[in-house]
Amino acid sequence: MMAQAITKKWNKDKVRKFLMGSKDKEGFLKVFCIYALLICIGFIYLYPIIYMISSSFMTLDDLLDSSINWIPSTLNLDNYIQAAKSMDFWKSLLQSIIIAGVPTLCNVASCALVGYGLARFEFPGKKIVLGIIIFSFVLPSQITMIPTYVLYSDMGILGTLWAFILPSILAVGINGPIYILIFYQFFRQVPKVLIEAAQIDGAGYLKSFLKISLPSAAPALITVSLFSFVWYWNESYLTEMYVHGVMKESGWTTLVIQLDKFAANYSEYAQTSGSMATNLNESISMAGTMLSILPLLLMYFILQRYFVESIDRTGITGE
Amino acid sequence: MSEMAMESPKLSRKELKKIKKRIKPGRLAKREAIAGLLFVSPWIAGALIFLMYPLATSFWYALHNIRITPLGKRFTFLGIGNFTQIITGDVEFLPQLISYVTSTILSVPIIVVFALIIAMMLNQNIKGKGVFRLIFFLPVIIVSGPILGMLSEQGAGSITAIDMQAITTAISNVLPSQLAEPISELFSNMITILWYSGVQILIFLSGLQKIDRSVYEAAKIDGGSGWECFWKITLPTIKPLILLNCVYTVVFISNNDQNPIIELIKSSMFSGTKEKGYGYASAMAWLYSLVVLIIVGLFAVLFMAKKDVYAKQVAKAKKAMKKERRLEKKIERRSARNAKKIERARHKRSYKTYDGSGDY
Repeated sequence: MMAQAITKKWNKDKVRKFLMGSKDKEGFLKVFCIYALLICIGFIYLYPIIYMISSSFMTLDDLLDSSINWIPSTLNLDNYIQAAKSMDFWKSLLQSIIIAGVPTLCNVASCALVGYGLARFEFPGKKIVLGIIIFSFVLPSQITMIPTYVLYSDMGILGTLWAFILPSILAVGINGPIYILIFYQFFRQVPKVLIEAAQIDGAGYLKSFLKISLPSAAPALITVSLFSFVWYWNESYLTEMYVHGVMKESGWTTLVIQLDKFAANYSEYAQTSGSMATNLNESISMAGTMLSILPLLLMYFILQRYFVESIDRTGITGE
Repeated sequence: MSEMAMESPKLSRKELKKIKKRIKPGRLAKREAIAGLLFVSPWIAGALIFLMYPLATSFWYALHNIRITPLGKRFTFLGIGNFTQIITGDVEFLPQLISYVTSTILSVPIIVVFALIIAMMLNQNIKGKGVFRLIFFLPVIIVSGPILGMLSEQGAGSITAIDMQAITTAISNVLPSQLAEPISELFSNMITILWYSGVQILIFLSGLQKIDRSVYEAAKIDGGSGWECFWKITLPTIKPLILLNCVYTVVFISNNDQNPIIELIKSSMFSGTKEKGYGYASAMAWLYSLVVLIIVGLFAVLFMAKKDVYAKQVAKAKKAMKKERRLEKKIERRSARNAKKIERARHKRSYKTYDGSGDY
């Protein structure tokens, strides 16, 4: 009798301990809540993407059929084909890669140099330089946009890739301050002794930068190139302004800009191709959206480790 | 130096000077400074060409009306005419600016708090952390103006599972219309707002991971609850990161293509009407930038790291001590002087000289 009561009580304790947790173990309830919340929020996060994927495969009948909510009745690739044709997919893709890739390379090179200079050397006015860098990050780009536009058109590089390359060579490209600060933080962590040892062995400033600091800065290099690529890829405002052209088109275009003008492009395409194309509907615009983010999604899932760990490793949070 | 010269008298003056120069402190520092400036020189050139020059020119433009003729640009000086025209005459700009300010001030705390909550949940000891991080960071990759525009156009930007209509009507019943409108807009674009918090989550997460676990253990031994630990340990430690995230969010929102003001600036820049054009758009950009800077400044003032209370008290006590010591010295000095005076006076009185001055 007594033994039974004891086991019963013990069981009750155990259940309570299991649910509410103890000093050294998290309670089940808390863990459950966290998982539930994370999964719910994760679903909300993914909702637009799932919606986009599912409706991009739908035919017109599926769209109108109220009984079909998520899963299309047939796997319909027609939307993608038509969207790709109207966006001129392969040409836009190639140009997007060039427009995002070349300035990225310049950004990495120049910002690494500047970040190293700020982290390694003491010189008068260094505080001012850092201050201006932070200030230029906060300053909206619209304020310098109009004179820069005039400057480019005077130089005759408006509507060419040079309009993006030139600032990024000089480390003032889009989001340039962030990259400089990432490199600055990173190079400050490289032990000074290492560089001094190299200098005793006869390495100059440039050599010790190229041979010692740069190889150890691989995480920062990867982070900066990934972010720079993504941000240049997604930039539509300044790309349209400087490279694509507002008043007259220069021939350069990106997937994102094509998406921005999707409706106009599509109606033009539908007219030229005649009866082959259906009218623009939700599915086709979703297919177009999907096409314009597909390259980045692929890149993200292949290189996800670098993206997610990037901020940890560059120490941008500051010590 | 002089000893060396004594020992080796053969050295000529010139050589001595050379030696002196070589070991003069600060030469290495000077060389390093030059090298540093060389390394930074691309940025300096860039900042001069693409930041300072446009900034100054933009201000110059803002004071003028600029007409583009086949012969070139024609400037007419207006003074602050553009600004008054924007504030009094433009039907679009001011309402857009106000709605931008309210929506920013409302959505920045939401984004930052949301990011903090997610980061704290991810910081717990849970399985599948990597997958969740992957999901929460995904929007950073695809968030761009046209894509967001497309998604919200198709109604994918809001949560259809929750009845938005009910929430918005409830809000507009309770609050005045100026406040209700941005808030209900906030709710209807909830997903896009949550999507802005990818980078912020990662920044918070890496900050949280750097907090030493033993601090929490010590607090727990002293009887601190989880709630107290959050307010007294976690929050003060990541306070600088809160500021960083606030600033990042403001900058992100203000440079986002979804923002109608920057589209307005662009369209008035290329507008063919008489009073608009480069000058008018520059004035708009200046007003807009000032507002953005003010918002950033507001958050900076709110979250700027204040000095430690203890350090403050120590400094205060030290200052008081110094003052006291100075006073003491003053009194000492004065009393010595007075004593001397008294002594001299007494001396004068006790010895009489022929001229009565007391001096010998």
